[in-house]
Amino acid sequence: MATVTYDKASRIYPGTERPAVDALDLSIADGEFLVLVGPSGCGKSTSLRMLAGLEDVDKGSIFVGDRDVTHVQPKDRDIAMVFQSYALYPHMTVADNMGFALKIAKVDKATIRERVEAAAKILDLTEYLDRKPKALSGGQRQRVAMGRAIVRQPQVFLMDEPLSNLDAKLRVQTRTQIAALQRRLGTTTVYVTHDQVEALTMGDRIAVLKDGVLQQVGTPREMYDTPANVFVAGFIGSPAMNLSTFRVEGDSAVVGDSKVKLEREVVAGMTADDKGDIILGFRPESLDRVAPNTPGAFPVEVNVVEELGSDAFVYGTLPTPVASAHDVTVGGSGEGIVRVDPRDVPAKGDTIWVTIRPGEQHAFSASTQKRLTTHAIQTDASRTVGA
Amino acid sequence: MPHITGAVDASLMELPWEIPLSAWPEERIAALPRGLSRHVVRFVRHNGTVLAVKETNREIAYREFEMLRELERMDAPCVHAVAVVTRRISVSGDELSAALVTEHLAYSLPYRALFSTALRKGTLNRLIDALSVLLVKLHLNGFYWGDVSLSNALFRRDASEFSAYLVDAETGDLHEQLTSGQRSYDLEIATTNIIGEILDLQANEDLDEGIDPFKIGDRLESKYSKLWSALTETEVFDSNIPFRVSERVRALNEMGFDVGELDMLSTPDGTGLRIRPKVVDAGYHSRRLMRLTGLDVQENQARRLLNDLDEFRAVRRDVIEDESFAAHEWLTTIFEPTVRAIPRELRGKLEPAQVFHEVLDHRWYLAEAAAEDVPMPVATASYVKNVLPLRPDERAVLGRSLAEMTAELPALTDEFGTSFEARDPFENDNTYAWGEVPAPATTEPPVVRRATTRIPAPERAPLSGELAKRDQDAAEAAHAEQDDAAESEESGF
Repeated sequence: MATVTYDKASRIYPGTERPAVDALDLSIADGEFLVLVGPSGCGKSTSLRMLAGLEDVDKGSIFVGDRDVTHVQPKDRDIAMVFQSYALYPHMTVADNMGFALKIAKVDKATIRERVEAAAKILDLTEYLDRKPKALSGGQRQRVAMGRAIVRQPQVFLMDEPLSNLDAKLRVQTRTQIAALQRRLGTTTVYVTHDQVEALTMGDRIAVLKDGVLQQVGTPREMYDTPANVFVAGFIGSPAMNLSTFRVEGDSAVVGDSKVKLEREVVAGMTADDKGDIILGFRPESLDRVAPNTPGAFPVEVNVVEELGSDAFVYGTLPTPVASAHDVTVGGSGEGIVRVDPRDVPAKGDTIWVTIRPGEQHAFSASTQKRLTTHAIQTDASRTVGA
Repeated sequence: MPHITGAVDASLMELPWEIPLSAWPEERIAALPRGLSRHVVRFVRHNGTVLAVKETNREIAYREFEMLRELERMDAPCVHAVAVVTRRISVSGDELSAALVTEHLAYSLPYRALFSTALRKGTLNRLIDALSVLLVKLHLNGFYWGDVSLSNALFRRDASEFSAYLVDAETGDLHEQLTSGQRSYDLEIATTNIIGEILDLQANEDLDEGIDPFKIGDRLESKYSKLWSALTETEVFDSNIPFRVSERVRALNEMGFDVGELDMLSTPDGTGLRIRPKVVDAGYHSRRLMRLTGLDVQENQARRLLNDLDEFRAVRRDVIEDESFAAHEWLTTIFEPTVRAIPRELRGKLEPAQVFHEVLDHRWYLAEAAAEDVPMPVATASYVKNVLPLRPDERAVLGRSLAEMTAELPALTDEFGTSFEARDPFENDNTYAWGEVPAPATTEPPVVRRATTRIPAPERAPLSGELAKRDQDAAEAAHAEQDDAAESEESGF
């Protein structure tokens, strides 16, 4: 068991100028499940591979526990990459499948048996140890494969998009299993995914990267309720937050025909560079469907309704510009997402009217895109995040 | 309509893309990999060739396709990616997995086809050597494999050696240049996988217990390291520099590599020269042979053919001075007649260049026995009569990779529940059917007595009576077992 520390670690590929990973500072606690997430090309896999020893660290260093592993060969780092694709050997017993790699490392027989039995216990495979893989179900085989990594008793597990080639149903099932197993083992784990839902459901903490730069680290709930900047706000949460730029008059933002009152902290945080604009974000659940003549309401023309059983979401166009500075950044210009009552969904082509729930707006600087408030914005969907 | 990317061959559209691969009609199937797989893989007959079709998700299929094409462009030894098929919709309107189509490499052998209890010890070593050469070539091209193993490669006979080809690039990555961490990790994975594969062969008594898997693992590592340093090492010369430089280049040529560029730098004190090969390309001999004769063969075959060509020139020196003219003479009077002498029905056994290599070997034995030179036509006739008919057909040996035989993960589709069928191990099983496949031998190849049980799909009779019943019983038993296992399994870890 060990902590992992990235200390201003950078990776600059030969022949490129912009670092693929730029001065990453990240401390991962002993036993923690940390998820690196971001869009493709953000540097998450490169960061993981730097820790594995597969990518050089061009600047800065990486520590596992107190040990500087920056220039240590992968096999000497006491780290295990966990694949989704371990081969199981059909003619060897489950115990041999799990333990044979230890023989290569010259571990003595008694110790191998001991470790295999311990791993089998955790994986509920004890009674199958002397059988062949053929006699096992799919789920059990998968656990045998995990067992191969577990018996090595590494300090850290690394997983790079391990669920990417599973179908949707199996992905959901397997991600719960991996998270549960990690908690049982208590081994520090770094997990890479591009899928923010996977990140929110699995990680103790999430680190969001973009263009090689760490944007924010926090618990799933912190990421959802207190995104540090516009990118994180738009990336975390599904469906995505509605984000757009608005004109500020006095202490309020002008939203269509109405005004949204801004907190003192927000107004005080604005600078001349913002040119009187502010970026506000509203989660789909922060918009209420109201009667057409309600004060402050604005219309949304329904393009698509996504019904998920317990929830329904309207993907719509805003015919009158709600935002005076006009660039609505989510889902293309002039589009917005509204959560509606699943028992009363509008039809495609209908116009619905919505208002913004008071106090549920996230405010970001128009010039720096950074968050202007420190407190969390809780919506009624917040409490399910990371639960 | 399915969407096909990459293929030049429009007739690919005719394949039944609207049917899940696992249910493709028998007449299309050239061989059926059995058991569970990470993906469904089938070998399919199409327009006289054999295609390997793999169902996987769209992104993975495109990624692997691009990677294989890029590797091919770099002349790396790998299978040819034919197409990616997407937008497959079944008759009932369900969306089906995307498919990656690759061409089966003719005359290639999966490693399991080369193992039997009578395996020559040398064969395993030659396979490991071929794999280490493949790994070096891929690493020189900046390819990190991520899952090196005997089962993820195919082997072709290459004179008295084997050449290895990359089959599965799914786990790989292309980089500008590999770090030493990537190389050493790839090597570590290779060692572990190969030891696992050998232990598995031994567990099934397919391989002599006397062979030490750990030594084989070490062999891979030492072969790889030796070749890698020969190709990339910096050397410092301080005397007789031009000679030493040309010696280094010659040594690399001898190993089958062309040196495209050398980095030369004087040492700080100015007395010596540091040299390091900067661009090396595999295929020194095959390129030379191609230039001289237009023959496209593998490296060791080319070496053998070039030796024969050189011999031919030496004998005919009085008549033919010019190298390319001699090459043309050799091609039309020696090589082509030999290859054409192979009757049509025996042509599926070995590639032409391999046949030529074996005829040369055969001639050597005849000459030794007769204590005098044996002309090529005589040697060829004897070979066709006595040796070749006993060789197995190797043009399309379709083995099952280890991944196909075992579940690495549960099969990842709904199909998982039904794809697990117990079958008669000999039915439609090409690898076992070979009995012992002789290694490319320095002695007369042994006789293969057991006839192949592989029946070409179109002629395959439906299972009748007893056989069919036994098959069905076995399948039911397997299902029952599987259900039991599934029931006893709890919902999570």
